[in-house]
Amino acid sequence: MKNKLMQFSGHFMTIACLAIFSLPAYSADGKLIGTAGLMQVEGSGGGGIVPWATLAGYDSQEQISVSVAATQVDLDDYRLATISGAVSFYDSVELSLAQQRFDLKTLGGEIKQNIIGVKYKVYGDVVFSDFPQISVGVQHKLLEDGIIANALGADSDSSGTDFYVAMTKVHLGAIAGYNTVWNLTARATKANEMGLLGFGSQTDNDYDIMLEASAGILFSRHFAVGMEYRQKPDNLGLGEEDWIDYFVTYIPSKSINLTLAWADLGSIAGAQKQSGLYFSINGQLW
Amino acid sequence: MKFNLPNALALLLFVLGGCATNSSSTVYEQLGGASKVSEIVDNFVWEIEYDEQILPYFEGANIDRFKQKLSEQICVVTNGPCEYTGDTMQQVHTGMNITEHHFNRTVDLLINAMNKANVPHPLQNKVLKGLAPTRKDMLYL
Repeated sequence: MKNKLMQFSGHFMTIACLAIFSLPAYSADGKLIGTAGLMQVEGSGGGGIVPWATLAGYDSQEQISVSVAATQVDLDDYRLATISGAVSFYDSVELSLAQQRFDLKTLGGEIKQNIIGVKYKVYGDVVFSDFPQISVGVQHKLLEDGIIANALGADSDSSGTDFYVAMTKVHLGAIAGYNTVWNLTARATKANEMGLLGFGSQTDNDYDIMLEASAGILFSRHFAVGMEYRQKPDNLGLGEEDWIDYFVTYIPSKSINLTLAWADLGSIAGAQKQSGLYFSINGQLW
Repeated sequence: MKFNLPNALALLLFVLGGCATNSSSTVYEQLGGASKVSEIVDNFVWEIEYDEQILPYFEGANIDRFKQKLSEQICVVTNGPCEYTGDTMQQVHTGMNITEHHFNRTVDLLINAMNKANVPHPLQNKVLKGLAPTRKDMLYL
């Protein structure tokens, strides 16, 4: 089963890479380079760990875009791999699918989770409107391997839904002439470690409002650096900690971007100080 | 839950606000004045002439007048010693039904024009920032 899954992932990556490097010239290109952002670890358009108000592709109001991404976060005791795809309609609605595989490097085994996402842009343009672009979104999470979630005392070991509102703004020439971007997201969630450890607990099963934030500077049209922060609940009483990452993104074209980050994810399921390299490749197929 | 949002936000604010610079000269002077603006505008017209999507918008346009008025406009938004004597953006663009896609494509062409005029990236952004407010008077009219 695991071999089959890996084989599937391998094929997916091969196809994704082939597709990225044989792009049609007429794919969605209606936004300014660098302003479409990335796909985050749950498949939504965003930064790396935070969903943003931006949609995943370069579609303008007349265009549809299709994007794919593969992301790996290699921590001390775990490894998270996400493959995701998103379709963005008319810079208005984004539908996304993501599959996360959480490899328990030290303990052995793997936790798999699928995430269906929908985002709707409520207001604005990330670059040109006076106020930040604002979007609302949902991430519905389907945990396939709930044994560990169950053992740790999660209320649900099968599914949960996050709701978020995000605002994102690019400021042209804001700092010494360089463009800056910031994002602020509020998320209502029951998820333990994004849902990989289930949702809620027997003692704490309410939705918590978590704040997430990002800030970055674009040193050219092709090169951005910044940081992200994601507040986390601790429903299971395992000392779940907030996440922080520091990223560098290279955007050679509207078709592809690469992100390298240092992710500090704190304590995860009792294993302290989990940090490591985050690497993500995003491609726009259409 | 280790709540360190305040620290994170303080760091963000520091990063965003800490290295802002104040230069006394205008963006227009930093660009290099009238000759550089006119080089940018000339390049921009070349970019448009070779772009089959954008060129149709300029069918029948008086290119010399366009160059003159755009130069004035760039001069004004970069705090140069000029006055804009052209029609309003709304008057010029009404009936063209410019799409967001084509607007942003034209911004890309302007960036190409500035690249070819060797305008440094930070100055390019300041020019774009100056022109950005006109967007709402140009789209879908």
